[in-house]
Amino acid sequence: MDFAFMQEAFLRLITGIPLTLNLAFTSIAFGAIFAMLLALMRMSNIKLIDWPAQAYVFVFRGTPLLVQIFLIYYGLGQFRPTLQEWGLWGFFREPYWCAVLALTMNTAAYGSEIIRGGLQSVPHNQVEAARACGMSGFLLFRRIVFPIAVRQALPAYGSEIILMVKATSLASVITMMEVTGLAAKMISQTFRAIEVFVVAGAIYLILNFIITRIIMAIEWWLSPHLRRPPAIKTRLEAVHV
Amino acid sequence: MSNGVASLSSKTVPAVSISNLRKSFGPLEVLKGVSLKANEGDVISILGASGSGKSTMLRCINMLEVPDGGDVTIGGETIKLKQSRKGMLPADQRQVDRIRSRVAMVFQSFNLWSHMTILENVIEAPVHVQKRPKAECIAEAEELLAKVGIADKRNQYPSHLSGGQQQRAAIARALAMRPDVMLFDEPTSALDPELVGEVLRVMRSLAEEGRTMLVVTHEMGFARDVSNRVVFLHKGVVEEEGPPAEVFGAPKSERFKQFISSHR
Repeated sequence: MDFAFMQEAFLRLITGIPLTLNLAFTSIAFGAIFAMLLALMRMSNIKLIDWPAQAYVFVFRGTPLLVQIFLIYYGLGQFRPTLQEWGLWGFFREPYWCAVLALTMNTAAYGSEIIRGGLQSVPHNQVEAARACGMSGFLLFRRIVFPIAVRQALPAYGSEIILMVKATSLASVITMMEVTGLAAKMISQTFRAIEVFVVAGAIYLILNFIITRIIMAIEWWLSPHLRRPPAIKTRLEAVHV
Repeated sequence: MSNGVASLSSKTVPAVSISNLRKSFGPLEVLKGVSLKANEGDVISILGASGSGKSTMLRCINMLEVPDGGDVTIGGETIKLKQSRKGMLPADQRQVDRIRSRVAMVFQSFNLWSHMTILENVIEAPVHVQKRPKAECIAEAEELLAKVGIADKRNQYPSHLSGGQQQRAAIARALAMRPDVMLFDEPTSALDPELVGEVLRVMRSLAEEGRTMLVVTHEMGFARDVSNRVVFLHKGVVEEEGPPAEVFGAPKSERFKQFISSHR
């Protein structure tokens, strides 16, 4: 192990962190909105709306992300004249947007199932209490259903976020120079795979360590009702008696 | 004199009136044409064995269950229903929401919102449904929490409270909407025996204030001493009805006699 070289590799690879995080969080943000839409479609109880959402989830969960990235970046390139006609070529020409699109579509499929689980776990009696107070429609969703569902879904969504951070490494195959892309490039120049990939792995580990802490902090902040109430003073005093 | 006219007119318009209410769940006919009138200030205890339809009747008043037939009229306004493929539905959700904000309900299992503190639970509907100023709602909520005896729990979460405290919080939540009518669906049935008293005391004080209350209950003491009318449901019909002294003193129906003796 050449530690001096590893240090050099580390300094080189961390320049890829902004793009890694950019890809991850852009697609998580768009994906979450799309996932919510898909979850609501699945819960609509209307076959014509439920069925396309179900098919979408089936296809995007059932095929590898790498294949989806290739299909979008290389596959759609075959339809360049049509895309130019529709004014979409500017979008699909960019590997960045192709990567974001693939990651977004993929996380939306997984995320929709997580959100659906969260929405379904909202206790019926709390929804009923809200209805009995005169809440309905969006107000009921915004004030009662969604806040409870988010608390249920957050732990699972947290691991989806971590999966996404790692999935951005696949964007390196379509020329994105994020952490893994830079690592691959460095190996092709130095042929020292172990040092470079150990450093790359360590960077992902650090990123995900920080992200898990943030998610845990949000969970803690959202769930005071699941913790013991703040200790009552008199009880503490009683110990000294 | 204007007071006299107001009370006269409120006498002629019952707070709640249901007529010929019918409701089935699949093949099971739960309500077979129930009628009931509650005037302002009435405290009506609704008794009956489990499966007699008493909870369903109460839930039809605020449309948590939509009746298959019959009318529900709250303060002179009849809830409009329409026929749909899946059965009857409210014709106008906004009308239902408006009526629900005047008819508060207290549930058997409290149904407090678990992600909100007690104070947040109490001000939720006044602020977001009735759109009243938040500061005013908080001040009123604190008074109400003091009234039901849990002012010190205002910043705690429902899961931190005992059943009796949760139910009192739920009563405060109902009161915060300044309701014209209060519906209680077996409010003490989910409580440990030693916690029943504290909830009944609060309900008794509400009755003494002259609030209009419809109470589905198994508490014979409450029905006898607090309510001014008792309705006994059996198999989806009103089997016995009248002032408590009358129906408990000289029950006409054989079923009600059996029911009283089994609940002693």
